[in-house]
Amino acid sequence: MAELNFQTFIFYAFSAVLVGAAVGVITSRNPVHSALLLVLAFFTCAGLWIQLQAEFLAIALVLVYVGAVMVLFLFVVMMLDINLEKLRKDFWSYLPVGGVVAVLLVLEMGWILWSHYSADGILREEPAPKPADYSNTKELGRLIYTVYVYPFEIAAVILLVAIVAAIALTLRQRKESKYIDPARQVKVRRADRVRIVSMASEKKQD
Amino acid sequence: MEYITPFIPALAEAFLLVMVCAILLIDAFLPDEKRWVTYALTMATLFGCFLITGFTDWRGEIYTFSGMFVADPLANMLKLWIYLTVAIVLVYSQAYIRARDMFRGEFFVLALFSTLGMMVMVSANHMLTLYLGLELMSLSLYAMIALQRDSATATEAAMKYFVLGALSSGMLLYGMSMLYGATGTLELTRMAEVIASNDADSTILMFALVFVVAGLGFKLSAVPFHMWVPDVYQGAPTAVTLFIGSAPKLAGFAFLLRLLVIGLGAEYLVAQWQWMLIIMAVLSLAIGNITAIAQSNLKRMLAYSTISHSGFLLLGVLAGGNGGYASAMFYVIVYVLMTLGTFGMILLMSRAGFEADKLDDFKGLNARSPWYAFLMLLLMFSMAGLPPAVGFYAKLSVLWAVVDAGFVWLAVLAVLFSLIGAFYYLRIVKLMYFDEPVDRSPITPTVSMRWVMGANGLSMLVLGILPGGLMALCEYSIVLSLR
Repeated sequence: MAELNFQTFIFYAFSAVLVGAAVGVITSRNPVHSALLLVLAFFTCAGLWIQLQAEFLAIALVLVYVGAVMVLFLFVVMMLDINLEKLRKDFWSYLPVGGVVAVLLVLEMGWILWSHYSADGILREEPAPKPADYSNTKELGRLIYTVYVYPFEIAAVILLVAIVAAIALTLRQRKESKYIDPARQVKVRRADRVRIVSMASEKKQD
Repeated sequence: MEYITPFIPALAEAFLLVMVCAILLIDAFLPDEKRWVTYALTMATLFGCFLITGFTDWRGEIYTFSGMFVADPLANMLKLWIYLTVAIVLVYSQAYIRARDMFRGEFFVLALFSTLGMMVMVSANHMLTLYLGLELMSLSLYAMIALQRDSATATEAAMKYFVLGALSSGMLLYGMSMLYGATGTLELTRMAEVIASNDADSTILMFALVFVVAGLGFKLSAVPFHMWVPDVYQGAPTAVTLFIGSAPKLAGFAFLLRLLVIGLGAEYLVAQWQWMLIIMAVLSLAIGNITAIAQSNLKRMLAYSTISHSGFLLLGVLAGGNGGYASAMFYVIVYVLMTLGTFGMILLMSRAGFEADKLDDFKGLNARSPWYAFLMLLLMFSMAGLPPAVGFYAKLSVLWAVVDAGFVWLAVLAVLFSLIGAFYYLRIVKLMYFDEPVDRSPITPTVSMRWVMGANGLSMLVLGILPGGLMALCEYSIVLSLR
C-alpha cells in the first residue's frame, strides 16, 4: 500500500466518484440522469488521466465526448420517447445470468492481474516523471504524423466511409418536399406570378 | 520521409484510395442515366490495382511504414484474388442492383472502400493496421447491407451484423490490448520475437489468446460464434450477400495467419490455439452441415454451408506447417470461387420484384436452361467435394495436412460431416434435373454476366482436373512469407 499523500487521495476520490457515476448510469430510472451521470464519469476519468500525465487524452475526452458526443446523446434521449417500462420489464429475469457472467469475469481478471503483476512488480516500477515543460500533445502529434502515419490515414478513410454511409442511408428526396430551387426563385418575373385581368366595374350591391 | 519509404509496395492501396475519392467526386455530378460511368471507373480501378500488384516485387518480404505494412507473396497473391473477386461480384450484381434501385454511386464506392480495408488487413504487420483494416472493411459492409433502405429484412440484417460485429471487435481489441500489455509491442514480427525470448508472461498471453480467437471466430463465422451468419446472409440483398460471402473470407484468412501464425506462433501458444481451433472446427462442421439440411431458403442454406466451410478452413490452419497453411489457402480461394458461382446463380435467376432464393425456384432448371443447370451442377459438386470438381481436391489437401499433423480422428470426423453435407448440395442437383419447373420465365442475363458465369462454373471443372498450378502458387507464397 502506497503512503497516503495528496495524489493518492485525489486518485481515490476521483475513482470513487467515477465508479459511483458509472453505477448510476446503468441504475438510474431517468435516461436524462443516466446521460448526465455519464458526463460526470467522463469528467472524473479525465481527472484521472491528468494525474497520469496524459493531459492530451484528458482534454480530448472532455472536448469530444462531453462537449460533442454526450450533448448529442442528450438531444437524442430527450427527443426519443423511450418506453422505460418496456425496457425494464425483463431486467430482473436477465440479472442472474448477467450477474454471474460479470462476477466470473471480474474474478478471473482480478486473479490474473493480482497473481502476476503484483508478484513480478511490473506495475510497481513507476515511470520516471516527465519535466514540467514536456508536452504530451506535441509528442502525440509528432508520432501520429511520422511513425503512425499509415494507420492515421486509414482512420481518416474510415471517417470518410462514415460520412458516405451516413449520407447514403439518410438522404432521400421526399415526394412531398417543399424545396424550392433558389435559382428559379430569383429568375421569376412578375408575369409568372400575377395575371392581370381586366374586368368591367360593378356597382356595389347592398 | 524515412517514415513512408519505401512507398512502392503500398502503391496499389494509394492508387485505390485516390481513385475512390475521384469516383466519389465524379459520381456526385453524374445524372442517373450516366451511372454506368461510375461502374466503368470502378472496374478500371480494380484492373489498375491488379496490374500494380501484379508487377510489384514478389520475391520476398518488404516492410515499410515503420514496420506496419508488409508486402510479401502471401499478401500480393491474396490481393490479386481480392481484386478479381470484387470485380466478379460487381459484374454479377449489376443487373440485380439496377432492378432494385441500388445502382447508385455509393454501392461502388463502398465496395471499393471495403476492398481497401481488405488490402490493409492482408498486408498488415501491426495489430493497429490489422484492426483498422478490419473496421474499414466491416463498416463499408454494414452500410452496403443497409443501402436497401425500404427493406425491413435488410435493415434488420445490417443492425444484427453491426451489433455483433462491434461486440466481436471489442473482444478482439481486448485481446490485443492484453497482448500489448504482455509483450510491449503491437508489431506482429516483434511480438513473435519477444514471445520467443520468453520475456512475456505466459498466463497473460493465454488470457489474450482466448479473446483474440473468440473475436476471430466471430469474423470467420465459426461455431459457437456463428449466430449472425444465417440472418445476415438471408436478410441482405443478394448482391451484398455475395460480396460478404466472398472477398472478406480471403482477408479473414490472412488475418488468421498473420495474428496466430506470425504473431503468436511460439510453440507453447500453438499448442493452446490449436485446441481452440479444433473445437471450433468440429462444431462448425457439425452444426453447419446438419442445420443446412433443414433449410428451404437457399441463401440461408448457403449461410450454414459457409459455417461448415470455415470449419474446413480452420482444419487447414490448425494442421500447421507449410502444407497445412497452403492447403487452407487453396481451400479459401476455391471456396470463394464456389460462393461467387452459387450466389451468382441466384442473382442470375432473380429479376425485378422476384428473388430466386428458395430451393423450389431451382426446380426443373435443366428444362429451362441446360447450360446453367450444368454450371450449377458443377458448383454443387464442388461444394459437396465430389470429383472431378475442384472442391474434392481442396478438401483432400486439407485432410491430408490434418492426417500429416497426426489428427486422424479429426480427418475421419470431417469426412463424415462432409458426407452429411453432400446430401443438401445433391438435393439441389436433384431438384434441377428430376423435378418439373414451377416457374417457366426465361433467364436473360447480361452479356458480361453470361461469360463470367460460364468461366466461373467451368473453372470448377478445370481446376478440379488440373489443381497443380494453383496449389503450387499457394505453396510458393506460403513458403516465402511464413518462415
